[in-house]
Amino acid sequence: MTVAIEKPEKTGAVEPPAPARRVRTVNRGVVVAGILLVWLVLFAVLRGKQTLSLAAADLTDLHRWFNDVNDSIGANRNSNPLFLYFFNEIRLVIDSLVTFVQDLISQPTPGRPVPQVGWLGVVGVVGYVSWAVGNWRVALLSVAGFTFLGLQGLWQESMDTLALTLSAVCVALLFAIPLGVWAGLSDRVNRIVTPFLDFMQTMPTFVYLAPLTLFFLIGPASATIATTIYAAPPAIRITAHAIRSVPQATVEAADSMGATRRQALLKVLLPMSKRTVVMGINQTIMAALAMVTIAALINAPGLGATVIQALQSLDVGTAFNAGLAIVVLAIVLDRVTTAASGRAETARGSDSPFLKWRRQLLAAGAVVAAVLVYLSHTYIWAAEFPGEGGVGSGIARTAADVTTWAQDNLSGLTNAFRDVLTNGLLNPFQSLLTDSPWWLVGAALVAVGTVLGSWRAGATTLVCVGLLVATGVWSDAMTTLASTAVATVLVMLLGVVVGVWMGRSALVDRLIRPSLDAAQVMPPFVYLVPFLALFGATRFTAIVAAVVYAAPVAIKIIADGVRAVPETTVEAATSTGCNTWQIITKVQLPMSKGALTLATNQGLIYVLSMVVVGGLVGAGALGYDVVAGFSQGQLYGKGLAAGLAIVLLGVMFDRITQAAARRAGA
Amino acid sequence: MARHWRAGAAGLAVLGLTLTACGGAKVGDDSAGGSGSSGGSGKCSTFNLAINPWVGYEANAAVLAYVAEHDLGCKVEKKNLKEEIAWQGFGTGEVDAVVENWGHDDLKKKYITQQKTAVDAGPTGNEGLIGWYVPPWLAKAHPDILDWKNLNKYASKFKTSESGGKGQLLDGDPSYVTNDEALVKNLKLDFKVVYAGSETALIQAYRNAEKNKEWVIGYFYEPQWFLSEVPLKKVSLPEYKEGCDADAEKVACDYPVYKLDKIVSAKFAKSGSPAYDLVKNFTWTNDDQNTVAKYIAVDKMSPDAAAKKWVEANRDKVDAWIK
Repeated sequence: MTVAIEKPEKTGAVEPPAPARRVRTVNRGVVVAGILLVWLVLFAVLRGKQTLSLAAADLTDLHRWFNDVNDSIGANRNSNPLFLYFFNEIRLVIDSLVTFVQDLISQPTPGRPVPQVGWLGVVGVVGYVSWAVGNWRVALLSVAGFTFLGLQGLWQESMDTLALTLSAVCVALLFAIPLGVWAGLSDRVNRIVTPFLDFMQTMPTFVYLAPLTLFFLIGPASATIATTIYAAPPAIRITAHAIRSVPQATVEAADSMGATRRQALLKVLLPMSKRTVVMGINQTIMAALAMVTIAALINAPGLGATVIQALQSLDVGTAFNAGLAIVVLAIVLDRVTTAASGRAETARGSDSPFLKWRRQLLAAGAVVAAVLVYLSHTYIWAAEFPGEGGVGSGIARTAADVTTWAQDNLSGLTNAFRDVLTNGLLNPFQSLLTDSPWWLVGAALVAVGTVLGSWRAGATTLVCVGLLVATGVWSDAMTTLASTAVATVLVMLLGVVVGVWMGRSALVDRLIRPSLDAAQVMPPFVYLVPFLALFGATRFTAIVAAVVYAAPVAIKIIADGVRAVPETTVEAATSTGCNTWQIITKVQLPMSKGALTLATNQGLIYVLSMVVVGGLVGAGALGYDVVAGFSQGQLYGKGLAAGLAIVLLGVMFDRITQAAARRAGA
Repeated sequence: MARHWRAGAAGLAVLGLTLTACGGAKVGDDSAGGSGSSGGSGKCSTFNLAINPWVGYEANAAVLAYVAEHDLGCKVEKKNLKEEIAWQGFGTGEVDAVVENWGHDDLKKKYITQQKTAVDAGPTGNEGLIGWYVPPWLAKAHPDILDWKNLNKYASKFKTSESGGKGQLLDGDPSYVTNDEALVKNLKLDFKVVYAGSETALIQAYRNAEKNKEWVIGYFYEPQWFLSEVPLKKVSLPEYKEGCDADAEKVACDYPVYKLDKIVSAKFAKSGSPAYDLVKNFTWTNDDQNTVAKYIAVDKMSPDAAAKKWVEANRDKVDAWIK
């Protein structure tokens, strides 16, 4: 962790234009180095003592207590009024919502071998809606995208996934938008809500999948609620942010004209933040799609189930084909919502000649869409996607061939790379964390947090360290911390290299960005098998998987940061005779220090969210504990504790890096 | 203006489609004869079958589902669930049957003895072998490795970046029954248990090991489709005797042979559904299961097609289940 946090500070140290700050930064660097030195010395003396290690099958009292709570919920679910009148009702409502959408587009309804609306109708409606809320370009994209899903031979699976995603997003927005508005209007609500949102986003979903089926039974309701819990926070956060960023002057103007609070909200705040709120909806949709594979473990139908089933027989091709369908869905939904948020902006104030025709055109489009829906309801050829999905099997074959080729030809190289990094960096660092006495590691973390962040960050770290010890999985948490730190270093290396490249060239940006989007949305389960072949069942495989997932975020943030450096500054540096290397290291990177710290923060959080996936491929530690808790009743409590430990690590990292970012920005 | 024109063209195209479509087959034209008809022996309604995530289980489930659908006229609802969650479903009526259970004494105690929501529906006929396996090339090159007493001799060969200087013993999915940590300690082996974390990871490790002649030893089990691709060899541990695994800390013997069995919900057992009789009567051999599992995993047939192929070739066995 220390290594990761130091990264942006180091670049700060070479910053020439601010000598005064430089002195302070160096001092801070010296202090951190001092802390590390003391730690190393004490480590050499006290190695192996008070490490709080716990064997894979051992439990603490806390873990047993969690088990008992879980069991008693299960035993009382048929008699407890809370279940009979509250949870069961919620389940009923959500179940009927999902079933309704499924009947509409994906599942055969009673008396019909096909859903109410067939593929032609869905494609027509999707195209029409994209055109109405966005523009004809995204309409074309969504028609092409949805047709491609059919050609892949995954029409029904895709529609199941779409039905589940849409239901979850609807339920999430029902709560998220009002809550976000409230948090935007009131600082106190915002302060109360934020920790809950952190919790919802960092708690591994595996931890609450099993309890959810206790509360809401096996079926679409549990899958939808699991997805909702994970997907709602971005919408809440972004809505609150949108409301907050409406200029104060505008609000005051409304007030002075005698608008009531309600009027100010409905006529000023909401319309002005519409664009950002739509971006929040966009993020919620993306998060919901990311849950598709995991929800398949509790019988959510759709593409996730295809991925999981393919993995049982290590069928990379089929898993990739289904993963690609998820990516296509994500890209279509992303572009449509992005275009929709842009439309809100352009529609206001523009008076293009088409505007007066727009109403008629919309009506004509609606008629066309209605005809397509009717056709797909009535005729088999429009209801069932024609063909055998030959494109899909072609994709599957190619993916399998590429994987086999890579496995056969690269594994020597990748194994060498793995061994160098594991023995040179990961193992020493991990033994420093796991073999030091717990109080020494804790003290070092608090000290580093205080020095790099602030007193408040130090205090938060202290609380987190205390709670980590209480979870009983301290040793595992330290193992995970070591891998997380190494992964974050790699993420930042990639982020700086690719980010700067993209930030400096619009062409490179356009070429690379789609693969970044794909890497973020492609379910990690798909690339686990090839990675396992390349790197074996090791901690390193988990690190690589985490890097693939987390690097795109860091790259995007850094690219934006580099691009935000004023053109004039770069030109001035060029005119003084700086070469490209100097411009990058002396001007562009130092000036985007805020972006670098933010990238570290987000990179760490994304890496942490892959800890559980890492547990499936040999990373052990917290990830394994969580998966074990999901799989074995008597380990449930331990899995829950491990999940809490991941949340605590996340909170600790987040507070330290944010405090450091504030300091860097000041 | 251009946009207006475009919409007009689209409208014309749709009109054209509508006209040409009139000759197409309508939904519902022939659906009466297909699914939904209950031609079988009457009162079999919905049969909720849990699908636990491994191919061997899927083979059992596929054949049972096929027979239930085609011979008994049941409507089979397959539910993809991990064991723990599947057992939870017995109580709530969401799951009727789990058709390949490995031990799980803790779950049996909780759901059969205490909550009484589940009952035992007898063995599947499959014998589950758990143990330590090595890739075939290794067993051939060093035959004495198949005896645990010689493992320490080779320990250094099994070293990896994960095993901290000792030999690596690779364990798999956390839901497996395992005593391996205790075994390593009590047999005084110079090995460290490393958790691969999933069956996928374990199989991939063995696949690589056989292909690249790498040294791998780890946990595995039969019946398993992967053995038809790479016939792993089992290492013999000290012989299992009744009760030698009673104390989890002190285990120093091999795993017992598991009689795999079927668990059904108490409600389902009393329902009088022909599907229950089918589940109860269902037994077959490891070879049978491996055949179907191979159709699914290696030949990439759909579970339903794989089941059809096996059922048609083994009509006599199937008839004995539903007589």
